[in-house]
Amino acid sequence: MIHALYGAVESGLIYAIMALGVYISFRILDFPDLTVDGSFVTGGAVAAVMIVGGTNPVIATLAGAIAGLLAGCVTGLLHTKGNINPLLAGILMMIALYSVNLRIMGQPNIPMLNETTLFSVLSSWWQSLHLDAIFIAPFEWIGITDFAPDTFYIIVSMIVIALIVKKLLDFFLRTEAGITLRATGDNQSMVKSFSTNTNLYIVAGMGISNALVGLSGALVVQHNGFADVNLGVGMIIIGLASVIIGEVLFGKDKIVRMTLAVILGSIVYRVIYSLALRVDFLEASDMKLITAIIVIAALVVPNMLEKSKAKRQFKKSKQAALKRKEKGEVQHASTE
Amino acid sequence: MLQLNNIHKTFYPNTPDERRALHDVSQSLEPGDFVTIIGSNGAGKSTLLNMLAGTLLPDEGDVWIDGKDVTALPEEKRAKLIGRVFQNPLSGTAPGMTIEENMMISLGRTKRRSLFKGVTKKTRERFRELLSTLEIGLENRLNSKVGLLSGGERQALSLLMATFTEPKILLLDEHTAALDPSKQSLIINLTKDLVKKHKLTTVMVTHQMEQAIDLGNRLWMMDEGSIIFEANEERKKDLTVPDLLSEFENIRGRRMASDRALLAK
Ligand SMILES: Nc1ncnc2c1ncn2[C@@H]1O[C@H](COP(=O)(O)OP(=O)(O)O)[C@@H](O)[C@H]1O
Ligand SMILES: [Mg+2]
Repeated sequence: MIHALYGAVESGLIYAIMALGVYISFRILDFPDLTVDGSFVTGGAVAAVMIVGGTNPVIATLAGAIAGLLAGCVTGLLHTKGNINPLLAGILMMIALYSVNLRIMGQPNIPMLNETTLFSVLSSWWQSLHLDAIFIAPFEWIGITDFAPDTFYIIVSMIVIALIVKKLLDFFLRTEAGITLRATGDNQSMVKSFSTNTNLYIVAGMGISNALVGLSGALVVQHNGFADVNLGVGMIIIGLASVIIGEVLFGKDKIVRMTLAVILGSIVYRVIYSLALRVDFLEASDMKLITAIIVIAALVVPNMLEKSKAKRQFKKSKQAALKRKEKGEVQHASTE
Repeated sequence: MLQLNNIHKTFYPNTPDERRALHDVSQSLEPGDFVTIIGSNGAGKSTLLNMLAGTLLPDEGDVWIDGKDVTALPEEKRAKLIGRVFQNPLSGTAPGMTIEENMMISLGRTKRRSLFKGVTKKTRERFRELLSTLEIGLENRLNSKVGLLSGGERQALSLLMATFTEPKILLLDEHTAALDPSKQSLIINLTKDLVKKHKLTTVMVTHQMEQAIDLGNRLWMMDEGSIIFEANEERKKDLTVPDLLSEFENIRGRRMASDRALLAK
C-alpha cells in the first residue's frame, strides 16, 4: 500500500511537468489546447527512438521537449495565422500527430527495458554513491524501515527536475516577455493596442506549453520502459484535472504559488488514481471516467457555489434594504 | 500630424444590411491639435477612430500620421504611433495582472521586451512617480490586481498608460461615458493635464456637448458618416450648446436624433 503511494508520487512528479504545460495553455493563454494528447506521445516517441538508437538520454529527453515545442507552435500558427478556433486547431493537431507519432516510432510500441535511459543512468550513479543509505536513515531512526521505498532515486531526481522546471517557468513568467505573454491571455486587444504582436506571443506560449508536455512524455516513456502510440489518450483531461485540483487545494494568485499548486495537484491526482485502483469494483479502465468526473465537478461546483452565494447576498441586501426602509420610516415619524 | 483623405467605409455593402458608416471624410490636424467629436448614435464616430487606429481598413481613401501613409499598416504596428482609451474601463487594462505589470505592457510602444529581466527597480520607481501624478493613491498599490480597482481608477490608469509614452496621436472614444459624474470630472481633468503635459495631438469622442466645447481647440460634428460642421479655435471660443443644436438643425433640417446628446448637460 505505502509503496504504491511512493509510485504515485513519482508519477505525479513526472506528469506534473505536463500539467504545467496545460496550465500555460488553459490558464495563462486561455487557449483550451487539445494538442497535448498528441504532443505528449511525440515527445516520448522522439526520446524513445533516439535512446534505442544509442543517443545520450539527456539529449534524447531534450529532443522530446523540442518536438513538443514544434507541435505547439504549429497549433498556435493554425489558430493565429489560419484563424482556426482553438479547440479545432488542437483537435486537428492531435489527429495529425497520431500519424506523425507512428511514423516516428515505426511501430506502435517501442520496448526500451534494456536501454540506457535517464533513469538507468541516475540509478547507477545513485547506487555508486550509496545515497539510499542517507535517505533511509530517518526511517531507521523512527523504526519504520518497512515504510521506506525500495530506492529514493526516482523521487529525489524527479523532485529536482520538477523544481528546476518550475523555477525556470516562474522566472520566465515574470520577465518582460513573460508578463506580456500573461497579459495576452488576460486581455489580448489591450496588449495589441500597445503595439505588441500578440500572435507571436500566442505561438511562443503554445510552443512552451507543449515543450513541457513533450518533456514529460519523454520522461514517462523512460520511466515506464516503453513507448506506446496510445500513451497520450486522455492526457489533456489528466493535465486539466491536475491543474484544477491544484488550484482548488493549494492555489493562490501569485505565479510562484500557482506553479507549485499545479505540481501538487498532479501528485494528488496520482494518489487518488492509485487509491481508486485499490477499490474492488473499480478497474483501471474506469480511471478515465473518474478523471472526467473530477474535472466536471471542479468546473461545475465552483459555479454553483458562486450562484448560491450571489443568491444569499441578494436576499441579504434586500432584507437590509427593507430594514433601512422601516428604520427610515420610523425616523421620519419621530421627526414629524 | 494627422491627415484623412476621402475616407469611405460601408459595412455589409450590397446587402439589405448595408450600413454607410463613413462617407468621404477628409480632415487634417496639426501637431498639438485637440479635436472633440460629437454626433448622434451611429454617426460614425467610433468607426472614424477605428480607421485612425487601424482596427478597420477604409474601403477608399488614405490615412497619414506624422508624414507617413499608414493606411495599410496593421493595427499593432500602427499602435506605436497611437495611444487609445476606450469607453469600457475593462478594455484598456489586464484585470488579472498587477498595476505595475500593466504599466510594463504600455512600455511596449517604445521598447523591445527582454527575456531575461522583469520589472526593474528603476522602472518601478518611474511607474511610482507617474502614478502619483494621478493623485488617487495608485502609486502605493503597484502590486494590486487591476481587476480590484474601481471603474474610475481603471480608466485613470488606462489614460496614464495610453499617454506617458507620448504617442503621436491620442484617441479617446467616450472614455468617461461609463463612469458616474464625479469620476467623469476626475478623468476629464486628468485628460486635460496629461494632454497638456505631453503636448499630445488628440481626438476625443464625447456625447456631452459641454465637454466637447470645454476641451480642446477644435470641434467636429458628425452625422450619417460625414463631418457636417466644424469649429476652429477662433469659432470654438464662444460656441455654446444652443449654437451647436441650431447648427445641426440648420444643416440637417431636423433635430439631432440622439436623446443622449440632447439631454447631456
Ligand atoms: N463592426 C461593425 N459591423 C457592422 N456595422 C458596424 C460596425 N461598426 C459600426 N457599424 C455601423 O456603422 C455605423 C456607425 O457606427 P459607429 O461608428 O459605432 O457610430 P458612433 O460611434 O458614432 O455611435 C452604425 O450604423 C453602426 O451600426
Ligand atoms: Mg461609438
